[in-house]
Parts: sequence; structure tokens; C-alpha cells
Amino acid sequence: MNDPRAVGPELKRHETAPIRWLLIASAIAFLSLFLFIPLLVVFINAFRDGLALFLAAAADPQTAAAIRLTLLVVALVLPLNVLFGLCAAWSITKFDFRGKNLLTTLIDLPLTVSPVISGSIFVLLFGAQGALGPWLASHQIRIVFAVPGIVLATLFVTFPYVARELIPLMQALGNDNEETAISLGAGSWQIFWRVTLPNIKWALLYGIILSTARAIGEFGAVSVVSGHIRGKTITVPLHVEILYNEYNFVAAFSVASLLVLVSLLTLFLKRLAEWKRQQVFLENAEHGSQGGGN
Amino acid sequence: MLRQRSIIPGFSLTMGFSLTYLGLLVLIPLSMVFLKSSQLSGAEICRILFSPRALAAYQLSFGASLIAAGVNSVFGFLVAWVLVRYSFPLKSLVDALVDLPIALPTAVAGISLTTLYSPNGWIGSTLAQWGIQGSYSRLGVVIALTFIGLPFVVRTIQPVLKDADPEVEEAALCLGASRWQTFLKVLLPSLVPATLTGFALAFARALGEYGSVVFISGNMPMTTEIVPLLIMTKLEEYDYPSATALAAFMLCVSFLLLFVINSLQWWSQRHRKKLS
Repeated sequence: MNDPRAVGPELKRHETAPIRWLLIASAIAFLSLFLFIPLLVVFINAFRDGLALFLAAAADPQTAAAIRLTLLVVALVLPLNVLFGLCAAWSITKFDFRGKNLLTTLIDLPLTVSPVISGSIFVLLFGAQGALGPWLASHQIRIVFAVPGIVLATLFVTFPYVARELIPLMQALGNDNEETAISLGAGSWQIFWRVTLPNIKWALLYGIILSTARAIGEFGAVSVVSGHIRGKTITVPLHVEILYNEYNFVAAFSVASLLVLVSLLTLFLKRLAEWKRQQVFLENAEHGSQGGGN
Repeated sequence: MLRQRSIIPGFSLTMGFSLTYLGLLVLIPLSMVFLKSSQLSGAEICRILFSPRALAAYQLSFGASLIAAGVNSVFGFLVAWVLVRYSFPLKSLVDALVDLPIALPTAVAGISLTTLYSPNGWIGSTLAQWGIQGSYSRLGVVIALTFIGLPFVVRTIQPVLKDADPEVEEAALCLGASRWQTFLKVLLPSLVPATLTGFALAFARALGEYGSVVFISGNMPMTTEIVPLLIMTKLEEYDYPSATALAAFMLCVSFLLLFVINSLQWWSQRHRKKLS
């Protein structure tokens, strides 16, 4: 019962208490300098001059206009991202074709491009000196330095998130369930709604959360295409920049603290989706091993 | 070119939509950068890419990104180690907050770090006593880039460390190795691929970063101007040839890094399979 061989190494595998606490303390000190204290700074500066000034900054018409624009951008970007993510994941994981790895790499491409370049490609395409600039000008269509440009730049930077979450999961789940459904006579939509979607819903939600957070917070790309027209093309992060550069620090940090709350909520939902996704995956793995599938 | 070997429906519809969307939104706009730069003469491209201001910007962007990724490799490793191996109060909160730099808008990170590390900020004032300037200096750029890259290193090392088989370590200990020897000769080599992948991811992210740096750097040409800011400045001056050439150069670097990261990830995964 008391086998010393089983206990001995297990105890020795862990560092002595002083070393353990030293390592924990250094890790926490590092995280404090770069994460925790900066987080605290936002709230302390936002409420520095009392709740009244914080509320005044949050209720300012310019802030309200920025929030409205950001919400509009999110509402336009999300459905397209979800549609693309589902289509890309379906075609990549359910079928075999040449160039699959290339396609997967190309989907990740926007993540490696600098936000400034992500914005400038649309200026090069649709700007006054851009490839389509003269044609757009003659038809009086404004894309860059207007809302459509902001939507396009946000679409570009949030492009991979949903697909990236779905592809590995759907690859791991395999096609057995879908194939069984077909042999039982299910139609395409039935397969998707009844068989695939219930398995991938948490990963899908996770992708949606990530792309929403990025769409709300994107700064570099949007900054290039926005043109900074007050009340018209200012999103919430750009509004923070303007307030900060005008030395209106309390207002800047008040609006910033709203963004911090959104990102903390994102982290919480992300954790929840991760946990749920793992549960669904484990359940499926059990069924799979019982059925003796791949 | 494409072939279908499945009874599952929807291939042409989903594939068609995916390719069209990818082409219209990503590939055609990105190719514009190369198309536009190909209209410039070779001499002009050289003049733009090797101008003193551009060279100074590369030096800062690559240098600061390397330092930040290096700092993150060391401390990210430590954070991953502590989160996987030990238990302490509020651990799951700390674990969740590691992702903050990915979720937090870069502009918010920028103004917060600038305030904190400026000469009259909490940490900046301490640094100033030692004669070190935090915000509005090259150090400021490194600070912002370290913040941005942290989760990439932690999140790449964490799963590998979690999967590491305790029996391997126990075997080393039973054979008479000290704890430190076991760490250096058994554990560390198995974590090298993941750490390198994390380093490369943090470096790639830092190289393109704009939002947080623009606040903290002070944006002085030749000293604290990063490449993305230089591209932005050229665009605002309507100097499209310079902006395009610089963007094309940085895109080539990004593609190269993407290739390196993919190879590292492949190596890391193979390494991991061998271990477990």
C-alpha cells in the first residue's frame, strides 16, 4: 500500500516551497508590470474626478455617435464572417481536394499582416489615386474615408477568426455523423442544422466572440481608412485617441474603460465557450470510440 | 483541379463562396500593393527602401520586436510554468487575464501604458529617478510590444507543458539526476520547439503593431518611428509610392514569417507526438 517508489519521485518532482513561491512571485511581478497595473490605470484615471465626470464623458453625443458607428460595423461584419467561416470550414473539412493546405494558410493571412497595411490596401484600391478611384469618383461613390471603408477594413482583419476555430474541431469530429445522416435520408439543411451545428455551436460562438472583440477594438486598419470625420467616421477606439490627444484624459479613460469592460466580458465568454466546447468534444469522443469509428 | 470524394453535399456552393470571398476581400486588395510597387522603377524602390529614415525605422521595428519577443520568451515561459505546475490563490483569474492583450483594443493599451510609464506615472516616475525614460523613448516601444506579444508565448508553451509525461521526469530523478539537471536536460529540450514558435508568433505580432506603439513612442522620425507608423505618415502625405514600396517590403517579411511559423508549428507538433 505504501509503496515508497510511487511516492518518492512524486514528491521530488516539485520544487521546494521557497523556490516555488519565488517563481510564482516573479511571474506575478512581471504580469503586474505589463498587465494588471495597466488595467488598473484605466479605471483609476476614468474615475479620478468622480463618477459624474465619468458619466458625462460616457453620455457625450460624440461618444454616442462613435458607439453607434462601432455597433453598426459589428452588425455588418459578423454575419459575413459567420457565413464565410461556416462555408470555408465545411469545404475544407468535409471534402478532399488539392491545395487544401494552401487554402488554410491563405485564410490565416490577414492575421500576419500589419493593421496599417490592412487599411492601406483599401486606400490603394479605392482611394482618389487608387485603381478604382477615378471610376468611383465619377459615380460619386465614397468607400475610403467613409463608413464602407471602415467596414471593409474591419472585415479584412476579422476575416480568419470563425474559420480558424471551426476547422480544427470539424476535422477532429470527422464525417461519420453526417454520412450516417445521409444514409438515413436526411437533406442537406437537415444535416447542417441537426447534425453538424449542435457539435460546433460552442466553437462557432468562440469565433464570433473573438471577431466581435477585434471588430470593436480595431484601431490601426480603421485609422487608415477612416479619414477622422467627427461624428461620421469615428469608431470608439478612434474616439479614445482623439480625446487623449486633446489632453481630455478623464474622458479618454472613461471611454477606454467601456472598452476594457467589453474585453473582460470577452475573456469570460471565451472561457465559457472553451469549457463547453471541450465537453461537447469529450462526449463525441466517447460516442466515437463506442461506435468503433475513426 | 478540385476533386470531390464524398457523399456529403454542398461542395461547390461552400467552396465557391469561400474562394470568391477570399479573393475579393483578401487576395485582390493585397495584390494591389505588389501591383502598385511593380509600377515603380528599381532605382526608385531602392531610394525609398534604403532612405535613412526607413533604415532607422527598420532598425527600431526589428530591434524592439526582437527584444520584446525575447523578454516574452523568458517571462512567458515562467508564467506558463507557474500556471501549469503550481497552485496559488486566484490562479484561474490570472490564467484568464493572460489573454487580455489579445482582447483589449490596442489604443486602450497604448494610452494606459503611456500614462503608467510616463515620467509622472506610477512606474515611470520610479524609472525617472534612475535616469531611465519610459514613455516617449525606444524603451517605451519595447514595453508596448512586450505587452502585445505576451499571450502568444504563454499559450504556445502551456499545452505542451501540460502534456509532458511525468514519467519521463520521474525516470530521470530515479536515475539520480538532480531537479535542476532534469529541468535542463530532460524538460527544457522538449519545450524548445514550442518556445521558438511562441517567440516567432510574438515577433510577427510585434512587427506589425501600430495602435499601442503610436501613443507610447513619441513618434520622432529617425529615433522612435516604427515602420507601420512611417507607412501611415507617407499615406497621410499622399506619398503613395513610398507607402506602397514599404508596405510591399513589410508584407514580404510577414509572408516569410508565416512560412517560418508554419514550419515551426509542424516541427513542434511532431516533437510533441514523439514525447507523449
